[in-house]
Amino acid sequence: MTAIDPTAHLTAEQIEELGRELDAIRNEVIASRGEKDAAYIRRVISAQRKLELVSRGVLLFSFFPPAWLLGTAGLSVAKIMDNMEIGHNVLHGQWDWMRDPKIHSTTWEWDHVSPSDQWRHSHNELHHTYTNVIGKDNDLGYGIMRVDEDQKWHPLHLGQPLWNFINACFFEYGIAAYDLELGRNLHKRRRKNPEFRARAKAVGRKIRKQVLKDYVIHPLLSGPSFLTTLAATFTANLVRNVWSHSVIMCGHFPEGVQVFERRSIKGETRGQWYLRQMMGSANISGSRAMHFMTGNLSHQIEHHLFPDLPSNRYAEVAVKVRALFEKYELEYVTGPLPKQVFSAWHKVFRLSLPNKKPKVDAPDREQELVAA
Amino acid sequence: MITTPLLPSDYLDLVSPLRAGADLRGRIEAVHPETGDAATIVIRPGRGWRGHTAGQYVRIGVDVDGRRLWRAYSITSPTDRKDGRVTITVKAIPDGKVSNHLVRRAKPGTLVQLDQPTGDFVLPEAKPAKVLYLTAGSGITPVMGMLRDIEFDDVVMVHSAPQPQDVIFRNELHDLVAEKKLRLTEVHTDTDGVLDIARLDELVPDWAERETWACGPAGLLDAAEEFWSAHGVEERLHTERFRPGIVVAGDGGEVTFSATRRTVDADGATPLLDVGEEAGVLMPSGCRMGICFGCVTPLKAGAVRDLRTGEITEAEPGVLIQTCVSAAAGPCDIER
Repeated sequence: MTAIDPTAHLTAEQIEELGRELDAIRNEVIASRGEKDAAYIRRVISAQRKLELVSRGVLLFSFFPPAWLLGTAGLSVAKIMDNMEIGHNVLHGQWDWMRDPKIHSTTWEWDHVSPSDQWRHSHNELHHTYTNVIGKDNDLGYGIMRVDEDQKWHPLHLGQPLWNFINACFFEYGIAAYDLELGRNLHKRRRKNPEFRARAKAVGRKIRKQVLKDYVIHPLLSGPSFLTTLAATFTANLVRNVWSHSVIMCGHFPEGVQVFERRSIKGETRGQWYLRQMMGSANISGSRAMHFMTGNLSHQIEHHLFPDLPSNRYAEVAVKVRALFEKYELEYVTGPLPKQVFSAWHKVFRLSLPNKKPKVDAPDREQELVAA
Repeated sequence: MITTPLLPSDYLDLVSPLRAGADLRGRIEAVHPETGDAATIVIRPGRGWRGHTAGQYVRIGVDVDGRRLWRAYSITSPTDRKDGRVTITVKAIPDGKVSNHLVRRAKPGTLVQLDQPTGDFVLPEAKPAKVLYLTAGSGITPVMGMLRDIEFDDVVMVHSAPQPQDVIFRNELHDLVAEKKLRLTEVHTDTDGVLDIARLDELVPDWAERETWACGPAGLLDAAEEFWSAHGVEERLHTERFRPGIVVAGDGGEVTFSATRRTVDADGATPLLDVGEEAGVLMPSGCRMGICFGCVTPLKAGAVRDLRTGEITEAEPGVLIQTCVSAAAGPCDIER
């Protein structure tokens, strides 16, 4: 958290004007959504399915090392496509406008242990609404880490580099636990809550199906390649987990990203909400292939401003959004993947140790606190 | 299990979308212009197609500008077409998204979504001795399906269109006339004016003895129903309407789509189907005029008004409403 508010130079009127300009960008895309966009997502879905089928087919012969390598690589990419460019974005409702019941946020299910409806709630409704608000947005350290100076230090945080590493490897389980709010719900009484139990059961069913597919049926079908296929599906899940964890860490943890206090969002206007999204997110720069593999979450700032615009349009939106950052003299946090990953990890290590409270005069600070 | 979280059909659809057991779809094979603003679409239906009865319509889901829109069109092909294809004949109406798309931009090879054919504007099992077809504009389409399907001994048709070149299927009709299979009166409304229903006495003196199928704009059908009733022969008249007659509106209210947890304000004149679609809710839809029941949805709470009659329906367990002709009448909760 910076002691100086990086948006202090903006007047209330300017913030609302900024909001109107962002609305205009959004409306432009909405008005021009059409056949090309629909063709894009259908192409991606079809490519993903074919890649997954072929890769799993190749893995039936995974005792042969080149087949193992090829199949594992293909399956990893297919799983990443399923979760990132397809699943995450479909579940955001980015493609609901097509009115195709097969590609709709309310009917989609993804290759992930967290059932899509639970993920939609915790991600779309909580994280995207309360982005980077301490105490409201559980994505800030997923409830197991301290990622801002203003979050209270606890001796458990000493281990957070290790927690983060484990979370990266088993990220989909971390997310399922997080969507269930396990930390909160495992407390004595809540455990018996029928609503929680129903959701926990749904997660259990989903895990069972996923595990059965990846670790039992597919290896069994491989016959003599049982063990190598098992290793392959495990590796593909690991690769997908570490990759998505890295991309998502880059969205909100790198240095330069702002976090906000609970009271700062009271009575927040549309313009202020936009501004919080702009200051609370970070992008990843890179090639088209890189953007694709991150599910266009490399355009995290644009995604947070317009979570329901089709992902294939973020690149063109980014040009206009960046121009607005310049116009309003705001910092557009972006960088190549390795740099951003390093920055996020650096923060995880740094904040595992306690720090001094930022030095500010309390009364002044209260008044100035738009984004602390 | 091996395909979780998808179904095996999600993969099979990639290669064989028209196979048996798949969701019913069809592939557009050709588009033949009929008049300046009408075209016949030849569709190869999927294996699950159960076949139609002459005069029936089919609900068809077409992706227009990437967005799936559903409409109902009469089937114009005979039931025993050798190649198994079916045709619909579509007239582009002003601002009609789907009709203009189908007539002017549809490309062979495109997949469309289909429903099984339905509708009770059909011929009876027992052949009537004398038949009258009373049609106007695109109202000729279900009747063409009948003409192509069954021959009667004595068939008269009175068809209205603005000008001769606007008469859909004109050549085929004239061939039937030449073969003495049909007696045809064309009314060209640009020059003759709209058909005065009383002129039937002069055009078809024995009209009251004929089993009659009428299809066209509401004005023609209303006049026909009145005319047939006045002569006490309304049981001989069968009609098919293409547009709803929306007459009644009232106060709207807050509409909750409980399954998707969305809430929006709606006025008392906008069909709930449109309200839901605007709000991004996945609404089933069909003819959009209150006949096909493709849009029925449970009403969980509150009240809705039937836009055709003004009738209020209140929520009770098991109450289903047609969202395409119902508007909010106060706050209501739709299960979508």
